[in-house]
Amino acid sequence: MAETALRRKVVYISPTRQRVMGILFLSLAALIWVLFSRPVEPGLTTTFVLTPGGFEVVLTPLELPTLTTLNVLATLSAFIGAYQLVRARGFGRHTNKVLAIVVAMFILGFLTWAAAGRSFNFANMLNIALSKAVPITLGALSGVLCERAGVVNIAIEGMMLMGAMVGALVGSVSGSLWIGVLSAVLAGGLLGFVHAVLSIKYVVNQIVSGTVINIFSIGMTSYIASKFLNVYRHLNVPGIFPIWEIPILSNIPFFGPILFRNNMFVFAMFFFLFALHFLLYYTRWGLRLRSVGEHPEAADTLGINVFRTRYMAVILGGMMAGFAGAYFTLGSVGRFNEVMTAGRGFIGLAAMIFGNWNPFGAFGAGLLFGFADSLASIMAILNVRIPSQFLLMAPYLATMMVLAGVVGRGQMPAADGQPYEKQ
Amino acid sequence: MEEEKPQKKQSKDGQKNAFQIFLEELIRGAPEHSSRLRRVWQVLSIPVLAILTGLLVGGVIIILTTEEVFAAWAQSPLASLAAAWDVVSNAYSALFTGSLGDPARIIAALQSGDGLAIRRAFNPIFESLVSSIPYIFAGLSVALGFRAGLFNIGAEGQIFVGAICAAFAGYAITGVPAIIHIPLAIMAGAIGGGLWGFIPGWLKAKTGGHEVINTIMMNFIAFRLSDWLLSGPMQRPDSFNPVSPTIQATAVLPRLFDHPIRFHLGFFIALFIAWLVYWFLFKTKYGFFLRTVGANPHAARYAGMNVLTGVVLAMTMAGALAGLAGANEVLGVNYHLAMAFSSGYGFDSIALALIGKSHPLGVVLAALLFGTLRNGAVRMQLAAGIPIDIISVLQGLILAFVAAPAIIRTIYRLRAPEAHEEEVTVSGWAGD
Repeated sequence: MAETALRRKVVYISPTRQRVMGILFLSLAALIWVLFSRPVEPGLTTTFVLTPGGFEVVLTPLELPTLTTLNVLATLSAFIGAYQLVRARGFGRHTNKVLAIVVAMFILGFLTWAAAGRSFNFANMLNIALSKAVPITLGALSGVLCERAGVVNIAIEGMMLMGAMVGALVGSVSGSLWIGVLSAVLAGGLLGFVHAVLSIKYVVNQIVSGTVINIFSIGMTSYIASKFLNVYRHLNVPGIFPIWEIPILSNIPFFGPILFRNNMFVFAMFFFLFALHFLLYYTRWGLRLRSVGEHPEAADTLGINVFRTRYMAVILGGMMAGFAGAYFTLGSVGRFNEVMTAGRGFIGLAAMIFGNWNPFGAFGAGLLFGFADSLASIMAILNVRIPSQFLLMAPYLATMMVLAGVVGRGQMPAADGQPYEKQ
Repeated sequence: MEEEKPQKKQSKDGQKNAFQIFLEELIRGAPEHSSRLRRVWQVLSIPVLAILTGLLVGGVIIILTTEEVFAAWAQSPLASLAAAWDVVSNAYSALFTGSLGDPARIIAALQSGDGLAIRRAFNPIFESLVSSIPYIFAGLSVALGFRAGLFNIGAEGQIFVGAICAAFAGYAITGVPAIIHIPLAIMAGAIGGGLWGFIPGWLKAKTGGHEVINTIMMNFIAFRLSDWLLSGPMQRPDSFNPVSPTIQATAVLPRLFDHPIRFHLGFFIALFIAWLVYWFLFKTKYGFFLRTVGANPHAARYAGMNVLTGVVLAMTMAGALAGLAGANEVLGVNYHLAMAFSSGYGFDSIALALIGKSHPLGVVLAALLFGTLRNGAVRMQLAAGIPIDIISVLQGLILAFVAAPAIIRTIYRLRAPEAHEEEVTVSGWAGD
C-alpha cells in the first residue's frame, strides 16, 4: 500500500520538534500579552464564580486583578518557552505535558480577559464542558473498541444517529427511558453487526462499509422522522433522564457539584471509561482483543478466533455508539431532530485518534473538545468579538496536527483497517 | 434509458475510444473464453442487480412504514397486499414521472404544439440532468482518488470551499464580460477545492497522516469556515440570513432553454471535464504514473516514480474536481451561496465512484442515475408522501450491494468470477 512508502518512524525526540514547541510556547506568551494584556485597563478585576448555578454557594468567588494575572501568565509562558529553546533538549519527554499546561494558561488568560470587570461562572462552564464531552467520549470509546480489534469505524456518526432516533421513538412509545436506552443500544449493536458482516465476512473496504452505514442511517432516521416523529408528536416526547445527586460526594467544594451532580449518562461514561480501560489492559479478553488488532496472524496461530473477536468488538462498539446517540435524545434535548448529532460522531473519531487509541486518552480528548465547544457558547454570552467558528475548528485542527506528528505521533493498532483472511 | 441520450450523442466520435477502454476495463476480470457480450454481462450484472435490489428493498421499507398497509391487514391479508402494491407503485411511478417526465403529458404537449407546455413536459428530464452535474464532478473527484490509491472522503468540504471561492469571484469581480468572468469564477472554484485537496495530500506525503482522517477533518473545517464567512465577511449586506450576495449576471452559466427549464452549460462542462479526466488518466504519462502509484506503490517506486508527488498531485486534482461541483452549483443553479447547500454530495459520490468502477464514463452514467433518483424523489415526496430521505436509504443499500458483490451473487445465485476482482486499494490508518 501507498502508506509503506510514506511511513516514518519517530523513535527519538526530534530537535526540530523541540524547537517548534519552544517557538509555539513563546508565541502563545506573546499572544497573551498582545491580545489580552495590552488592551486591558488597569484596575479591573475578573471574578470567577466557582459553584455552578442553582447550587448553594460554598466557595467564595475567586477575584483576580485582570492585568496582573495576565502579565503573570504571559511571563510564565515566556519563561517556559525560553527554557525549552535554550536548554539542549528542552523538556524532553515531558514536552507534551508542558504544552498542555501552556495551553491551559492561554485559555485561562483568554477567560480572564474576556470577563474583565465582570463575573463569570467558571464551574458552570466546566459542567457544560463535561456534558458536551459525554457523546464525544462515548463515541471515541466505540472507536477504541472497534479499532483495537483492527476494524476501522467511521460509522460512529451513523450509529449514534440511529441510537438517538430509536431511543426517542421507543422511549416515547414505551414511556420508559430505560427501555429507550436499551433499544438505542440494540439499534447501535445491529448497525455494528452490519458493519462487521460487511467488513469481516464480505471483506468490503472498512471505510466503504462505514460510509454505507452513515448514508443509510442519515437517510433512515430522517425518513422515519419526517414520516412519523414530526407528524405524530406523541412519538417524539421521550423526556430526559433526571439529574442525580450523589449524596456526600456532591458536597465537595468546586469538584463536587461539577462531577457528582449530573444525569445518568455522565456517570455511565465514567463507568464505561474505567471498565473499558480495565478490560482492555488487565484481562485476558482485552489482551486477545488487542492482539487481534495488532497482529491477527499471530493471534490466530495462538488459537484466538480472529473473526469472532472482531465481530464481538465491532458489535460492542456499535452498542456503545448507540448509547452515545441516546444521550442526544434522552440525556440532553428530549426529542429527536433530523441529523441532530451534527458531526459529533466524527469528533468522537477525532478524539479517539487524539487520545491515542486508548480509553483515558479518548476521555481527555473528549473533555478538551467538549471544553472548546462550551467555550464557543460562552463567548457568545460574554460578547467576545472573536468568531466562535474558529474555536469550533480547534478539535479538527488539533487532530490533524497530532496526525502530522506535531504533537507526537500516536500508536495506532498495527493491523487497523486490514481485513483478515485465513490462510 | 432516456437520460443516457445526450451522453451518447456527445460521445459519438470523441468518446468511442473511451467506451472501448471502459469495456476493456470492465471485462478485465471476466473469463477470457466466453463471448464478449457474456463477459460484459458478467461484470455489469453486479451494478445492475445492485440497483434493482436496492429499489426492491427500498420498496419493502416503504411498505413497512405505511400505516394503510397495516390498517388493511385488519380486514384481510389480501387487502393489505393490495394496499402495499398501491403504495409502492404510486411511489415508484411518481419517482419515474418526476425524474423522466410523464409520457402521456409529453405526448399531449407535443400534440398541442404549445412551446411552454412542451418545455414543462420535458422539464423533469432536464432537471434530472441538472441534479446530476454536481454528482459527475464529485464522482470524478473520488474516482480519480481511487485510481491513485487514495480515499478522498473530503469531497464535501472541497465542494464547499470551491463554492465559496466561485461565489466570491462571482459577486466581487465586476465590469468584466461574461466570456472572461465565467471561466474566472469556475477557475476560482477549482483552485479553492484544489487547495482543500492539496492540504491532506501534502500532509500525507510529508508526514504520513492518513488522508481519510485528514479529509474528514477538512470537511468540518470547511463548514465552520463557510459558517463564519457567510455570517461575517461574505454576508449579503441587506440580509440577516447567512447568505452571500447574488453573483453578477456576467458570472451566470447560461441556460440553454427558456423558462422553466434550468438546464445550463454546466452539464457540457461536466462532460468535457469527464472526458478530460479520462484523457488524463489513460492517455498521458502523468495519468499512467498516477494509476501505477495507485495500483502498486512499491512497483511505482521501483520504477523510479516519485510516489509522494503522485499523492499530492492526485489529491489536488481530486479537490479541484470537487471544487468544480461547488462552483457549478453556485454559478449555474443557486446564483448565491447559502449554508448547507451541498447536502451529502460528498458521501454519495463515494457510492457513485464505486458503482462507476472509478472510470469517468462509469461515473457519468452512475451520476446520471443518482441525479435522476434525487430529482424524482422530490416529486415522490409531493405526490406520494414518501419523504425524500428514502433516496439516501436507497443509495446506502446500492452502495452496500455494489461493495459486497457476494451478497448479490448469493441472492441471484450467480457464479463468482474466476479472476480476482478489482477492489479499492486503500488500507487502514496505520499503513502497511
